[in-house]
Amino acid sequence: MADRTRTRPRGAALGTGLGRVLLLVYGTFALSASARALVQISTHFAEAPLAYLLSALAGVVYLAATVGLAVGGARGRLIALVSCTIELVGVLVVGTLSIADRVAFPDDTVWSRFGSGYGYVPLVLPFVGLWWIWRHRPEPAGSDRS
Amino acid sequence: MNGPLSAATIVAALVLAAWFFLRSALDRAPSRFDLLAMAALSALAAVLVVVAAIGLLDGTRPSDPATFAGYLVTTIAFAPAALWLAKLEPTRWGSLILGVGAVVLPVLVLRLQQIAEVTHG
Repeated sequence: MADRTRTRPRGAALGTGLGRVLLLVYGTFALSASARALVQISTHFAEAPLAYLLSALAGVVYLAATVGLAVGGARGRLIALVSCTIELVGVLVVGTLSIADRVAFPDDTVWSRFGSGYGYVPLVLPFVGLWWIWRHRPEPAGSDRS
Repeated sequence: MNGPLSAATIVAALVLAAWFFLRSALDRAPSRFDLLAMAALSALAAVLVVVAAIGLLDGTRPSDPATFAGYLVTTIAFAPAALWLAKLEPTRWGSLILGVGAVVLPVLVLRLQQIAEVTHG
């Protein structure tokens, strides 16, 4: 059946299969986080500078992850790995801070309250991303299966 | 913002999203029908955006026109972007891409409505 899924070898590019779904989701978050930060910083930066700068950082991190997934290969994998790790730390730290210290976060960032404003996708996304990157770790030299 | 048109877009997007998620769960790649359905949804979203843009001409402007314009551009581009990525991915993940694209569209339309409601002038 031509309609059925073709399976790719494990070492296939980072940006295919589920990687392409991640590409769309990360691209969406790169756009929404950067656009939000741009509007916040350009219109009322003084209200919550910390939250808005974190929004901007989130935008840059999502953008880097998107680029890393799209580029693929050893370099893309490294970019995606670093940005997904920052993203995981960011969503956990900002999520905790936004609950503990409401004064510093009068306005939401994508990472506030673990991303509840975005259906908790920001919390789940780095785990999926890191799992996907881990699955695409380079195979040890000499092993020639599949 | 045109209410009935927004509602139609949201309902169509949610129905299609459910269908695409089902297709992905059943391990099916996007069929020709699926791609055409997504193209139709893109067209519907494009009509909505054009109607919303024309609505700006009658003098009732959202109080945050830059954000509104940003959302208009995103709304018109999102479904075609998902369609393009899904065409590159002829596996179950292609169906998931269409599903994600279709499920984000209602969010964009709802945000557009929210921003349009806060008006001045």
